[in-house]
Amino acid sequence: MGDWKTITVPVLSSDSKNIFQYTSEKKISPSSMNSQVLRLPLPSSKTMHGFFSAFCTEENIEQSISYLDRELTTLGFPSVYAESKGKELNLISIINCMNELLVLQHKNLRAQEEIELQHLKLGSDMEHLQNCYAKLKEQLELSKREIVGLQERDRQLQSKNRNLHQLLKNEKDEVQKLQNIISSRATQYNHDMKRKEREYNKLKERLHQLVMNKKDKKIAMEVLNYVGRADGKRGAWRTDKTEARNEEEMYKVLLSDYEQRQKQLLVENAELKKVLQQMKKEIISLLPPQKQKPKERSEDGPVLSDLEEDIGELNKENMWELSCETVREQLTNSIRKQWRMLKNHVEKLDNQVSRVCSGALNEKDVISREDHELETEKLELEIQQCKEMIRTQQQLLQQQLMSPCDDDTTLILQDCYLLEERERLQEEWRLFREQKKNFEKERRSFTEAAIRLGLERKAFEEDRGTWLKQQFLSMSTDCKHSENVTAPSAFLGSSDQDNQLAISTSQQRKPHRMLSVPVSAESCQTTQYLTHNSAASKTPAGDSKPNQGVESDKEAVE
Amino acid sequence: MDFSELFKLSGLLGRFSPDGKCLASCVQFRLVVRDASTLQVLQLYTCLDQIQYIEWSSDSLFILCAMYKRGIVQVWSLEQPDWHCKIDEGSAGLVASCWSPDGRHILNTTEFHLRITVWSLCTKSVSYIKYPKACQQGIAFTKDGRYMAVAERRDCKDFISIFVCSDWQLLRHFDTETQDLFGIEWAPNGCVLAAWDTCLEYKILLYSLDGRLLSTYRAYEWSLGIKSIAWSPSSQFLAIGSYDEKVRILNHVTWKKITEFEHPATIANTKTIVYKEVEKSPSVETERLSLPPTRALASSLFSTHSKYNIPNAVWIWDIQKLKLFVVLEQLCAVQSFQWDPRQPRLAVCTGNSKVYLWSPAGCVAVQVPLEGDFQIVSLSWHASGDSMALLGKDNFCMCYLEREEIK
Repeated sequence: MGDWKTITVPVLSSDSKNIFQYTSEKKISPSSMNSQVLRLPLPSSKTMHGFFSAFCTEENIEQSISYLDRELTTLGFPSVYAESKGKELNLISIINCMNELLVLQHKNLRAQEEIELQHLKLGSDMEHLQNCYAKLKEQLELSKREIVGLQERDRQLQSKNRNLHQLLKNEKDEVQKLQNIISSRATQYNHDMKRKEREYNKLKERLHQLVMNKKDKKIAMEVLNYVGRADGKRGAWRTDKTEARNEEEMYKVLLSDYEQRQKQLLVENAELKKVLQQMKKEIISLLPPQKQKPKERSEDGPVLSDLEEDIGELNKENMWELSCETVREQLTNSIRKQWRMLKNHVEKLDNQVSRVCSGALNEKDVISREDHELETEKLELEIQQCKEMIRTQQQLLQQQLMSPCDDDTTLILQDCYLLEERERLQEEWRLFREQKKNFEKERRSFTEAAIRLGLERKAFEEDRGTWLKQQFLSMSTDCKHSENVTAPSAFLGSSDQDNQLAISTSQQRKPHRMLSVPVSAESCQTTQYLTHNSAASKTPAGDSKPNQGVESDKEAVE
Repeated sequence: MDFSELFKLSGLLGRFSPDGKCLASCVQFRLVVRDASTLQVLQLYTCLDQIQYIEWSSDSLFILCAMYKRGIVQVWSLEQPDWHCKIDEGSAGLVASCWSPDGRHILNTTEFHLRITVWSLCTKSVSYIKYPKACQQGIAFTKDGRYMAVAERRDCKDFISIFVCSDWQLLRHFDTETQDLFGIEWAPNGCVLAAWDTCLEYKILLYSLDGRLLSTYRAYEWSLGIKSIAWSPSSQFLAIGSYDEKVRILNHVTWKKITEFEHPATIANTKTIVYKEVEKSPSVETERLSLPPTRALASSLFSTHSKYNIPNAVWIWDIQKLKLFVVLEQLCAVQSFQWDPRQPRLAVCTGNSKVYLWSPAGCVAVQVPLEGDFQIVSLSWHASGDSMALLGKDNFCMCYLEREEIK
């Protein structure tokens, strides 16, 4: 559509500037379309007329027709003229062309709408993206700064760490040095000590010699009398025998001590072996029986069966009596193995339990996720459907707008927004009129019924009066029923008019009751009308019929 | 709790006789023997010089009084008050003197540790042990009194000689791998001898009765080492206290460390009970270990006292549970503490006139109700565990405990 040429038709008035704008705008490049919102100026009827008069006047009909023909043929439409060179116009083709042009116009307008929409969308998208971009840029800046800060911190910490390592190394070196110093000093000290000690020993020897040589008679023991030995025995000479005996005794002492200790250890050992046995049995009992055997059988069959037999033998009660190395090893190994199996078993159980606990949670999560996904899918579908609906509705709107421009239709178009409401109102008016008619019918029937009822009542009252008179006459002789009778009779005895009045009042009460029945406004009106009628006619209405009438009214309304 | 009146005492020399009948105390150069329960004077002996050391013989028949200045040892008999015996070391001098387990020989260590002379009260024989080591615990007797171990040093090397006490025959003589042997101690079962090195080296050697080296234990190098050791009465455990404020316990089967106990300034464990006296003050060193006697049940408590940094506290450990049981925190520095010979009851004195008793049931501080300035410096239980001698600088008094005293 962008290749429309500007038309310079001479007789165009200012009203046709719209067209200029319109056509010139068509040449605008797509980039500048973003900033401008294209509008579809629906020309008013006046301008349209003006436009039409500007192009073709009575003078240049031929020219304008030929011009139009040229344009149309260039656009691919059939020629306006009836024949190729004649001046007779082919009305049908003109009309067709017009129609085609209108269709084209519609299409173009629709396309324009679409483009405008897209344009708007793109505009908003652009804005949004720009905002996002700006935000992301900010975030990037922030994170960059953060990174720089963290890097700085990291560097500081690393340098600190290095310093600390260095310090530690220095300290360690110092410690090593000090230790070396200490050891060297210790050796030096020992050396010195030894030297001094040797000197001291020499002195001691010398002194000893001197002391011994002096043969100091002072060094003696004076005792009144020698005391007997503690154990009463006499002193014996020191001989080899005694030496041997001493040795023997010493060894005896040692041996007895060792024996005692060995006994204790044996007892302890036996107890521990018992405990191990018990533990082994309990472990075996705790372990699930299936797991044990297949594992063992998976290995070499015959060899293991031997081992098993041995272990079985070991499990016997008298096992603890054996205490050779291999048996001990086997026992401990078997216990260790079984303990490990038990441990694995317990760990497995723990894992299962924890898995069950978390599994429940996982399932919940999974379900909720699935639900969530389903829901989102549903929502998406709904959204799509709604979108489609909107689109179709828009299209319909467009079509409606593009429909032929009659006066009535323009009026309708002008009032297009109120169309629905109008139709609704019309419907309601129709209904209302129907109801009105119905009510009129009912009213008429009602009044007729009321009149009939009144007449019947009159007759009834006359009959009643005569019957009562008869009764009274019969009753006047009887005094017992006088009171009972008088009340009603007093009531009745006044006059028929009183009766009628009473009855009428009682009857009049009933229409009021009828009023209290909840009915729609229309029926209320009708009932009031009824009461008015009844009051006017001064005929008491009966019980049943007015109610029926009301009911029928009610039915009519509903 | 009953307290006797104060009696004069000098040199903290108050000793119960091994049979528990008598109490010997010294006042300058007099030896006073009293009845243990009535404190009646039984005998009174006069020595030649101020007595520096007294010791009962194992059968409670004799008392030796050593006067180091004069180099004289006098022996008195309880059976025969007229009997006397005097051993004069003369120019050899006297540094230490002790009884042999049979109660008939006296071992005198001459000055400069030149030799140990074994004087016999039964015979005229004299034995000499050359080159004894000048260390804190150079002589150790087995509990049954059969054997004696003597630390020796020849040519700058340490040796141990084991003698048979009955005839003083040399049984074994072997060298030790120590730098400078500090002390030796027999296990109560008499089959293992512990020998430990000077405090510059943390090293303890365990020898069997026949002289074989059973095991060596070294906790660490370079720092100051062992201060003191203590055998458990059943010989099952050996407790080693060291300068790093820790006590390490070895077991008798493997001679490896079972556990070590720390003595921190603050106790983190809330289960330990701390008995605290209200107030505080500091003091000086040595670390002492002592184990209570056993009965049928294994001993479960032993107390340690670290005077280095925490001189006011006595730590009581539970061996069965291998953890700290109780800490007794005193106001003043603890001077001495001793286990009751019969039951797990600990008596502590801190140099004031109070005596502190602890038992698993509770703790009690008793003020000695005597006039004058009586400061308890040392205490000594009677063999029965019913009474206690509280020794002060110049006085001593007896403390009689009722059977169900501490609750």
